[in-house]
Amino acid sequence: MARKTPEIPGSSLADIAFLLLIFFLVTTTMDIDMGITRKLPPPPKEETEIPDIKERNVFKILINKNDRLLVEDKPGNIRTLREKVKEFVDNPYGKDNLSIQKTKNIEHLGKVEVSEGVISLKNDRGTSYEMYIKVQNELAAAFNELKNELAKEKFGIKYEDISNQDYIDAIDKAIPVAISEAEPENVGG
Amino acid sequence: MGKFRKKGKKETPGISTASLPDIIFMLLFFFMVSTVMRTESLLVQVRAPGATEVQKLEKKSLVSFINIGPPKDENLGTKPRIQLNDQFATVADVREFIHAERQALDENERQFMTTSLKVDKETNMGIVTDVKQELRQVGAFKINYSTRRVNELNY
Repeated sequence: MARKTPEIPGSSLADIAFLLLIFFLVTTTMDIDMGITRKLPPPPKEETEIPDIKERNVFKILINKNDRLLVEDKPGNIRTLREKVKEFVDNPYGKDNLSIQKTKNIEHLGKVEVSEGVISLKNDRGTSYEMYIKVQNELAAAFNELKNELAKEKFGIKYEDISNQDYIDAIDKAIPVAISEAEPENVGG
Repeated sequence: MGKFRKKGKKETPGISTASLPDIIFMLLFFFMVSTVMRTESLLVQVRAPGATEVQKLEKKSLVSFINIGPPKDENLGTKPRIQLNDQFATVADVREFIHAERQALDENERQFMTTSLKVDKETNMGIVTDVKQELRQVGAFKINYSTRRVNELNY
């Protein structure tokens, strides 16, 4: 009588397949593209007038071809940019050289002060993309921090943790991300 | 009558798990096939800059990519070039590219179209500005500067 060869256990096959499955699941979701989202303005029409914006409502940032900053007509530093932008938009002490605050009644939030300030960003053709992204990142960070502060104050949670779309819209309305990019030109060095 | 009484307790047979690997394999193949990665061969070198405040790009089917960077082939010089689809392009080609991408989408999805700019960090803004101006002209206003997520930027 021939000896029976013992059967190879097949129960571990499922585990191996599971491992592979999880590997593919994880590696394919890691490929998510990330970035800073911005909205471009529509192209200028000839008949449109330049909107009348008060000087104090504009926060000017210039980046020259050597990646140096000029913030509000003074040489600036990327490290202090975030705080300066926050102060400009928020204007907590009502200074008359920072943005004008208008009290608005927004649903879910009640009366809040909405800034009329606009960040004007201008760069040279020779500015490096890295520096440009750094500045954009600082601007995004400033607005995100302001949104977080407001969300904490009103709802007790961070802005990114809000799940109710109405609340998100309300915060977005209270802190509009107003970044204006000038028509390109050579600002030089 | 006791003839038909079964001996001992009746045991419920265990459910066979022999088909489990097959089911898992099916799932595995489904994921392997359905997550075809964009196998667009990059002709330009794109080292994305880092940023802390990044957002995820949602709905990949609505995103068209524009790559800008120095060519990988050193014989083509170091000046940054634009890559659309699988070939080098000029700023003037951006318009047609966006039109084609828009045509490929459903009518009600066109307004959500996003253009992702994948730009090498050592590129000058000149070429990026030109592309942005072109995007404004064709009405592709939603853009995304592709970046890596970093926890802290060193200045």
